[in-house]
Amino acid sequence: MEKTIAGKNITVNEEGYLTDFSQWDEKVGEALAAEASITLSARHWEIVKYLQNEHKNQVALSIRRIGKSGVTDIKEFYQLFPNAPLKTATKIAGIPKPASCI
Amino acid sequence: MMIILSKGTLENVYAAFVLANGARMEGIDAEIFFTFFGLEAVHKKKLEHLHVATVGNPAMHMPTMLGGLPGMEALASSMMKKEMEKIDMPDVHEFLDIMTASGVKLWACKLAMDMFHYKKEDLYEGVDAVITVGDFYKQSQGEGVHMLFV
Repeated sequence: MEKTIAGKNITVNEEGYLTDFSQWDEKVGEALAAEASITLSARHWEIVKYLQNEHKNQVALSIRRIGKSGVTDIKEFYQLFPNAPLKTATKIAGIPKPASCI
Repeated sequence: MMIILSKGTLENVYAAFVLANGARMEGIDAEIFFTFFGLEAVHKKKLEHLHVATVGNPAMHMPTMLGGLPGMEALASSMMKKEMEKIDMPDVHEFLDIMTASGVKLWACKLAMDMFHYKKEDLYEGVDAVITVGDFYKQSQGEGVHMLFV
């Protein structure tokens, strides 16, 4: 379905995740973060970029992998993206929701 | 999500851990109350040596007599641990680290601690406190709280 994010028409799935990463830009990321009541700091951006890079390299994302990323640790990840951090952070990054149980 | 872990077999410990961690991943609060054999999952000297049950476990598809042979549990457990590593499942100690970093509260049952003569120092350092069943119920108060027994 179509949704207007940061003044752009964006295609998202029923959970609000972008289905076409080429429609993502930093303004879209900021708008999606605002929906989750998050103001993106430099630390947030580092993690968002890391997630996008991992997705590009087809790495399956999990909380465990975030902990081993060297970019952040699990505690900080939960502080920066409170309430379902992996789901929220991937949504902001414009990549699919990870199908991970860990 | 309030989870009571009363068993010390690998499959039950992982079930409780995946449920607790999974709750946190969804933004749901999670706490685990370790009681009876479940305490082994937070006992420093035992948590690395948990086994799957090869006897009395029909889903192992192994004759009971065979499952009872010496070393069989260790063999089945090491095979299972290898499979878990393949699918990126952490070991018990790392899983405890992940949970405490994620904000899962860990409680040890006072009665079971007394019964097994365990001291707080014997336990994984991330265990919040040794509490009574009454304390755990108090922790569980409030609307929409779910309790699971493993």
